[in-house]
Amino acid sequence: MSSAEALTWFARHEIRLAWREWLAMMTGGRRKRKRAVIGLIVFAAVLHLPAYAVIGRFAYLQMPLDKSSLIVITSTIFLAWALMLSQAIESVTRVFYARADLDLIMSSPVSLTNVFSVRIVAIALSVTAMALLLSTPFVDVLVIGGGSRWLAAYGIVIAVGLSAAAVAIAVTVVLFRLIGPSRTRLVAQILAAIIGAGFVIALQIAAILSYGTLSRFAVLTSDAAAAFAPDTGSIVWWPARAALGDGEALLLLLACGLVLLGAVMAIFSRQFADTAVRVSSNAMPAQRGSRTTAFRTGSRQQALRWKEFALLRRDPWLVSQSLMQLLYLVPPALMLWRSFSDSSTAIVLITPVVVMAAGQLSGGLAWLTISGEDAADLIATAPLSAARVTRAKIEVVLIAIGMTFAPLIAALAFASLLQALVTAVGVAIATICATAIQLWFRVQAKRSQFRRRQTSSRLATFAEAFSSIGWAATAALALAIPLAAVITGLMTAAIVAATWKISPRRG
Amino acid sequence: MVRAGTSDLANNLANNLDCPDIMIPAEQPSALQVRGLTKRFDRLAVDALDLTVRSGEFYALLGPNGAGKTTTLRMVAGLLRPDAGSVSVLGIDALADPIAAKQITAWVSDEPMIYDKLTPLEYLAFVAGLWGIDPRVSERSARELLVSLGLEPHLHERCEGFSKGMRQKVALAGALVHDPRLIILDEPLTGLDALSARHVKGLLGERVRSGCTVIMTTHILEVAERMADRIGVIAAGRLVAEGTLAELRQQNGRNDTSLEDMFIALVDVEAAVA
Repeated sequence: MSSAEALTWFARHEIRLAWREWLAMMTGGRRKRKRAVIGLIVFAAVLHLPAYAVIGRFAYLQMPLDKSSLIVITSTIFLAWALMLSQAIESVTRVFYARADLDLIMSSPVSLTNVFSVRIVAIALSVTAMALLLSTPFVDVLVIGGGSRWLAAYGIVIAVGLSAAAVAIAVTVVLFRLIGPSRTRLVAQILAAIIGAGFVIALQIAAILSYGTLSRFAVLTSDAAAAFAPDTGSIVWWPARAALGDGEALLLLLACGLVLLGAVMAIFSRQFADTAVRVSSNAMPAQRGSRTTAFRTGSRQQALRWKEFALLRRDPWLVSQSLMQLLYLVPPALMLWRSFSDSSTAIVLITPVVVMAAGQLSGGLAWLTISGEDAADLIATAPLSAARVTRAKIEVVLIAIGMTFAPLIAALAFASLLQALVTAVGVAIATICATAIQLWFRVQAKRSQFRRRQTSSRLATFAEAFSSIGWAATAALALAIPLAAVITGLMTAAIVAATWKISPRRG
Repeated sequence: MVRAGTSDLANNLANNLDCPDIMIPAEQPSALQVRGLTKRFDRLAVDALDLTVRSGEFYALLGPNGAGKTTTLRMVAGLLRPDAGSVSVLGIDALADPIAAKQITAWVSDEPMIYDKLTPLEYLAFVAGLWGIDPRVSERSARELLVSLGLEPHLHERCEGFSKGMRQKVALAGALVHDPRLIILDEPLTGLDALSARHVKGLLGERVRSGCTVIMTTHILEVAERMADRIGVIAAGRLVAEGTLAELRQQNGRNDTSLEDMFIALVDVEAAVA
């Protein structure tokens, strides 16, 4: 087989793997794919409604635009780029650390530089394809409302995807060179989490400090931002101009994306191969555990709780994922701190953010403790009933959530006792519901599969999200319009009840 | 049936149990008695299997891939619910009272399941905690076990960097730390080097000599030939031959036949029948 043939063959192999992986993620590995695909199409169609609500009113926008509009569009594109960068860093670390075929590929008689060039392109394509999929409802809404010129937005998504993948590869390889294989994995994962959430949170923090509101648009549309922004003819606004149908700007951005990716392939393909070889040849360095004795007197449930807490503390994956959840708590905490000196009514906004974060965090923790059991056989053969095991694991989730949110709620009590009470009740209900949903839909899995927990049951994922959003809205309304809170509370309870009704663990 | 405490065996069990109401038979019962055990997945995996393993015996369960060995042992260990049949562990009905049966049983699978983020000592402390063993006793025995398996330099290292053989040894130590009366091992020597395999075999031999019962599946027929008191051969979910090596040779009609030849002959016959 010639070098070109081998490359083509490997590219086909990569595309086939990426397609199957994507299909498995979308269908949750179920065999009835036709039904799953139909469900996805219906879901995508339904997504056009929220897309219309969010972006529909901007469809009329045309060049020339004022600075504020340019800032908002450019910031939105930058946010999308940051999210794609986060996703791409994830993909790159998986190529280094989690691909089971590295030994096979590296022992085969093919050029590793060529092989990893293909793999770099595969990463760029998968990141871009996912971004295209997610952006389709939004672009569709703009095209329907504002005409075919908005189709250029797809080009922007492609350019953003290519450049994000290129930067992600460069960042990861450089990190690897600087801090070594074992630390790169953890740092890259945390970096991905921070980049994904960081931009929005930074805007919120700026808005709170400057305007006392959680709305990031307050900063973007402010006079101060417009004053600092460059002139409307600047290159900075090319992404916004390209999105609005400027063909020249679009072609230039696409060319930049391709050149960047090409440069990264030329510079880093060889290093990519070296890096993969070093990761696979270097055994994981031994991490020393605590030397204090783990042999303690206590009940069997205490032993289980100790194990769960030890694993949660030592799990870099969870650290990065939890960090992302907790980052969202920074703006409300900041707002709370501000409210002590400035009696702003916007402090009410803290409650839904905290309740939502509690619901999401407890869903993740509940999956890790209930479903993510690495020694399932050991637990199943231990002399204690399944109910006692489950109870101990649920206690771990409740204790962890309590420890995380209690300080914030206690601080809130100093500002408003009623709001602290409502927030505490909201956190408790959102936590119980998210944990219950994870319990009803639990599947046996390895903790390392945490990233893909949502693929095991799309229904559980959506139910958990709707439950958290519902209880967050109910808590907010309880403070503002109590009667409306009764209605949203009943609606959310109905969603949770319906989820239980169709869950496989009912009864 | 008598209350725990009226025989040596019952005394040993009572020391490990924090459930004082568990009833232990007074006379020495079979370590394992399986009757009419049946399990069906897409096809019949275990077919009305009858099996008796005596107390203090090293029993090797052999069979080709997919014969039903692991399914049988998983049902005995309480990991799978049988469709029909009964399982009795040292006189305790394992289906009616699984907690009591689990208290005196240990299970080690061929794929060592341990926690990457715990050290071997922490893992054993957790297992001892789950089985309710006095920490003063379990800490000493955990250290002894890990040292005897050659893991002393790694006592305080997290298991995430361990080789498969080291993980297998940690899992085995975990199975032994609560001093079980019945040890069920599914391919325990997979992935172990010669020295480690010898350590494990030595450890299991010691346990059998101290009155413990070991049931082990293996594809290494030499191990079964050398270590097992009795050997059972399972094919298509049924026990097709059972006995000591001498008895199996007698059944086969030739005294000079190796276990490997007998095994292949038995499995071939069963395959032809199927």
